[in-house]
Amino acid sequence: MPRSSFRPVATAVVALAVAVLAVSAATPSVGAATRPADRTVTLLTHDSFAVSDDVLAAFTAKTGITVEVLRAGDAGQALNQAILTKDRPVADAIYGVDRAFLGRAVGDDLLTRYRPAALTTVPAAYTAGTRGLLTPIDVADVCINVDEAWFAEHHRRAPTTLAALTRPANRDLLVVEDPSTSSPGLAFLLTTVAAFGDQGWQRYWKDLRANGVKVVDGWEQAYYEEFSGGGQGGERPLVVSYASSPAAAVVYADPPIDSSPIGTMTRTCFRDVEYAGVLRNAEHPREAERLVDFMLSEPFQADLPLQMFVYPVREGTPLPEVFTENADVPTDPYSLPAGEIERNRDDWIREWTGIVLR
Amino acid sequence: MSRRTGRVAAITITAVPLLFVAVLFGWPLVAILGRGLAPDGRLDLGPVGDVFTDPSLRGVVWFTVWQAALSTAITLVLGIPGAFVLARMRFPGRDLVRAVVTVPFVLPTVLVGSAFLALGLARSLGAILLAHLFFNYAVVVRVVGELWSHLDPREEDAARVLGAGRWRTFRTVTWPGILPGVLAAGAITFLFCFTSFGVILVLGGPTRSTLETEIYRQTTRFLDLPLAAALSVVQLVAVAALLVVVGRLQRRASTPRGLGAARDLARPPRTATARTFAAVNLAVMAALVGAPLTVLVVRSLTPAGGVGLANYRALGQLRAGSILAVAPLDAVWNSVWIATIATVIAVTVGGCAAWAAARTRSRLVEGILALPLGVSAVTVGFGMLIALDRPPLALRGTVWLVPLAQALVALPFVVMLTAPVLRAIDPRVRDAAAVLGAPPGRVWRTVDVAIAGRALLGAGAFAFAISLGEFGATSFLVRPDTPTLPIVVYRLLSQPGSAAFGAATAAGVVLMALVVVAMVAGDRLRFGRVGAF
Repeated sequence: MPRSSFRPVATAVVALAVAVLAVSAATPSVGAATRPADRTVTLLTHDSFAVSDDVLAAFTAKTGITVEVLRAGDAGQALNQAILTKDRPVADAIYGVDRAFLGRAVGDDLLTRYRPAALTTVPAAYTAGTRGLLTPIDVADVCINVDEAWFAEHHRRAPTTLAALTRPANRDLLVVEDPSTSSPGLAFLLTTVAAFGDQGWQRYWKDLRANGVKVVDGWEQAYYEEFSGGGQGGERPLVVSYASSPAAAVVYADPPIDSSPIGTMTRTCFRDVEYAGVLRNAEHPREAERLVDFMLSEPFQADLPLQMFVYPVREGTPLPEVFTENADVPTDPYSLPAGEIERNRDDWIREWTGIVLR
Repeated sequence: MSRRTGRVAAITITAVPLLFVAVLFGWPLVAILGRGLAPDGRLDLGPVGDVFTDPSLRGVVWFTVWQAALSTAITLVLGIPGAFVLARMRFPGRDLVRAVVTVPFVLPTVLVGSAFLALGLARSLGAILLAHLFFNYAVVVRVVGELWSHLDPREEDAARVLGAGRWRTFRTVTWPGILPGVLAAGAITFLFCFTSFGVILVLGGPTRSTLETEIYRQTTRFLDLPLAAALSVVQLVAVAALLVVVGRLQRRASTPRGLGAARDLARPPRTATARTFAAVNLAVMAALVGAPLTVLVVRSLTPAGGVGLANYRALGQLRAGSILAVAPLDAVWNSVWIATIATVIAVTVGGCAAWAAARTRSRLVEGILALPLGVSAVTVGFGMLIALDRPPLALRGTVWLVPLAQALVALPFVVMLTAPVLRAIDPRVRDAAAVLGAPPGRVWRTVDVAIAGRALLGAGAFAFAISLGEFGATSFLVRPDTPTLPIVVYRLLSQPGSAAFGAATAAGVVLMALVVVAMVAGDRLRFGRVGAF
């Protein structure tokens, strides 16, 4: 290339740079479009977030705040996105942090303290480990679900305890999710840690593996494709899912049914809590606080069961009939301190991978 | 003066694609890798070494390489004869078949995974290879076929007349002509299989992991940015090395050839052998591409308890609570306008790149533009989120980022479909035009544009289809109020209940139909207007 061509290169590059600047300057960004008159708040959450339109519309009507919902994969993914972008967050509030990742969320300078007035209506146990940075919103029990019809058809008794799952009679019946890619999968791993202890759970999983446990990547795959009660030709009658799944099976039945064909092994449950919080560098912190208030308010809490199939944390919130009639609430679910989970989670998952998959 | 402006124009045209890739890909990549490998400003490449010393990570690297090589070999062996049939034989319904084989390439893997499972395929290595074949068959048919349809058959006729057998004619005349396309298609297929994500997740099961799925796992679950960055670096270096090798091979392989108008070159299969050959290949396409697509169509038309259009009606009504901010049908419109912008960008920038690439024998420009294909969508997605968040590049959260990202994904295809054609133009045609008194602009218009315009339209249709089906980058960057069809399919699939599943298949079929229409229209336009010269 002749030496004199340097100048045209420079000219061209400068011209292009100017063009890019002009385009990006002319581009309306979310922030710039927000005038005080139309207040918005952006909620970063997981893919399963859902709320009834009229409930959300009532919030907007009352407060003048429009909610934008940004779904960013599963709960772990959404949280990591928040952490990676914490200097200039993509949202104002986050919802969907669960017990498994509570430690990561409160330990990373990510959130700002907020205590909604309605927190007094929430049992104190649910606020453990939140350091005032996160507000509990809902509770979900991750349990093993049973396809009752399958056991009836095969004239067999369904197992009721974790220990029973390693017996030869229950060989090749259980499907679980990989804890490194699935929230319920991780919750079930925590169940076994809580049940068999820091030194005992490895042995249990070795036995489960020897007894033909099937591992898949995600909940959808486990429930719909592998679980015989999922309605799509699965063959295994036991699956790691939720205590609310029996109710969901009734709600989504087509044609409608009266009672659920799915049961729950209530002694295999891990109690998970989902939290919401205000992001530290939020553009609209006041609006984010109103949003957290709203999520603890009666209308949102009452809406939770049929939207996300989780239980409200607010005491005295009425449950839909389909829940009271079909879903068993475990009386004594397993649980682990947030700090212990945070210290060991990644090691447990790696160890589990070595035991069960390799 | 004209020489001077010519040079400025040339440099500007070269700079456009390079700057585009630097801003949308290079900068975000540097930003995210920097977080991982230089968290406190000091570069630490230790984690890169871990990738090769940790036995389980070494296993991941090895599996990634060999499954990609095997998938590519299978795809080329089956795809090249298919490319011949669709490029060189004329038969009723050919355009439709050409369009339909492209559909898999743009379908969301989640949907295809469920179609494969519905066909009774278990999660296994075989299922992975078959899915890679399913997805990439179109790459070979399109890229090789594009070149093949421009090869002048008279050269082959001449060889035959001069006494060469069929095999010798293929080996000495045809094969050198299509070789650049074969290399390009092989490289793209390898890249896709090497960076395969959805297929491995859906069909591989938890025991099979590629670099890409491992990066995803390390980033989203463990937030182990150093290891994720190290894996990305390994993947990027491997991809860059592959592109260099392919570039070398391509450079050796590419020679200017006589180009003819595509329509004239296709002949109906006359001999019994030719008919059998065509029939066998069409049967392969029907089994490979037809069967899974048919399963989806059938499922979409059979809602729970009967046959009917309920799943399609649901697209207009279903809002699935607030899972979708808009009705699924609105996503059709979002998909179309976003893909249109992405296509305009990809064709403009890609046209510049192809032109620049064709002026030199170096494959540098093509290589640089192909790099984004070799990097994890998770890495680039997170990179864009943290790098494009402040002026002058405050693109995050704007409506422009999604079409720009989709254009980035479509760009290498535009270049790979156009550059070989531009390169194959005999320079003497340009010389002749210049000698006859045409100024450079007119030479460009009457020679390059006339010939490459056709290829560019085909590339545009392909870019449009890619944008329609793009999921990885879009899912990261999409704004909640403007979901595209693949996002809707994905959201619906993650909803419980057979109604949501039915609607997902219906949305998938709408996506398929859009792709078919785009591909057929692209072919028609291509042959209809710009074709003759």
